[in-house]
Amino acid sequence: MHDRPTVDELLRAVEMLLDEQLVPTLDGSRKYNARVAANVIRIARRELQHEETQLDAEWRGLDMLLAPAARPATLAATKQQLMERNRELSERIREGDADGGRFRELTLAHVREVVHAKMEVSNPEWLATG
Amino acid sequence: MADDELARGIEAFIARETGASAVRVSELRRLTGGASRETWSLDATIYRAGGAETLALILQRDVRGAPKELTRPMEFQLMKAAFDEGVHAPEPLWVGDELVGAGESFFVRRVDGETLPRRLLREDVYAQAREALPEQLGRLLAQIHAIPVEKHGLTSLPAPPAGVSPAVHEVERYENIFRMIAPEPHPAFELAFRWLRQHPVIAGATAGVPATARTLVHGDFRIGNVLFGPEGLRVMLDWELAHMGDPMEDMGFICVRSWRFGGPKPVGGIGDREPFFAAYEEAGGGKVDPERVRFWEVFGNLRWGIICLSQARTYLDGVSKSVELASIGRRTAETEWELLELISS
Repeated sequence: MHDRPTVDELLRAVEMLLDEQLVPTLDGSRKYNARVAANVIRIARRELQHEETQLDAEWRGLDMLLAPAARPATLAATKQQLMERNRELSERIREGDADGGRFRELTLAHVREVVHAKMEVSNPEWLATG
Repeated sequence: MADDELARGIEAFIARETGASAVRVSELRRLTGGASRETWSLDATIYRAGGAETLALILQRDVRGAPKELTRPMEFQLMKAAFDEGVHAPEPLWVGDELVGAGESFFVRRVDGETLPRRLLREDVYAQAREALPEQLGRLLAQIHAIPVEKHGLTSLPAPPAGVSPAVHEVERYENIFRMIAPEPHPAFELAFRWLRQHPVIAGATAGVPATARTLVHGDFRIGNVLFGPEGLRVMLDWELAHMGDPMEDMGFICVRSWRFGGPKPVGGIGDREPFFAAYEEAGGGKVDPERVRFWEVFGNLRWGIICLSQARTYLDGVSKSVELASIGRRTAETEWELLELISS
């Protein structure tokens, strides 16, 4: 257990530095990159906030499509195995399993949920504008 | 190369190209945008026996090691052809050499105006431009597709092999890139590849353009590459992805949602498809097949998604330290979202 500030609180300090002190004083490509950097910090903060629940939802979604499996105990192992399971799903789509029928419906619903989760982290405004 | 060193290099280069007795570079500054190459703005005052003349210039310079499709001399030649045919393209002046940097480069005459789509979409001063642009872009595209490539010696532009349709060629090309560079699996892209391969444009015959018809295609025809003023179109920029292909490819690409910048309408956020298509046809661009455009819009989203992956890859592989390129990796999801909307409706 680390001391305060938490990771989120530390990142918030960097975000404020970029937004409030650096962006207004810079020009041209430096200003642009400082803006991009502030946005990158916001992405990182949202990912940390949602990571646990999003990985869990993706795991359970894949259980509906592939052979169900027990989720590993650590986040790192979960991510590693999600990569493998997504490879398996990709392989099945390539082979035509999701061209029609029930498996297509389930696959589209699952992939849409996962991409929605990615957008909640990378670009929530996009989802808001329909 | 430091800015001062670049300025001296440009002076020596232009003096040699023009035979001027002296050249002085001022107002040299790097513009924003352009992840794989640098765009510089400058004024060059050229001193000759009869007096002095100041040229407003743009220098485009490759970042060494950046991926590219056309060489700079080839892009220069293409823009020259477009300019000579009366297309709204910047006027190319010189191909650069080692005096202006290690990467390939060229100079064009600078055109004043704005390129930021967010300004076009939101600012009152561009109300007339928003009105005029969709039809102007339709006419511009008809002109681009009519550029006679052989007349201008452009026969070495990238093209599908003989007998292979542009759609098959482009989908295969991007699938190969995707398989090579993606750091992780993308089920949404797999679904999109299946959709494209089963679409009639690939899977069977379609009305309109024969499957192997090809014209010059701009290849990066989106609102962010349009230089505009309050009255509308001034010039089309960034010709480096041009190739021989299906003319409907450009029409689909400008409808990709990432290029709408939050605008409500499909053509670059500012226009509906129908007037854009009609202006294209009226300007001699041939019959528009909306289903075919839709195929290329899906392809355009997928292609932009794969370009996002490849730009992030230059950061992941240590070729670039750019925070912009790194962050583009996370824009991949936008294209996945849009692809799912398009292929399941």
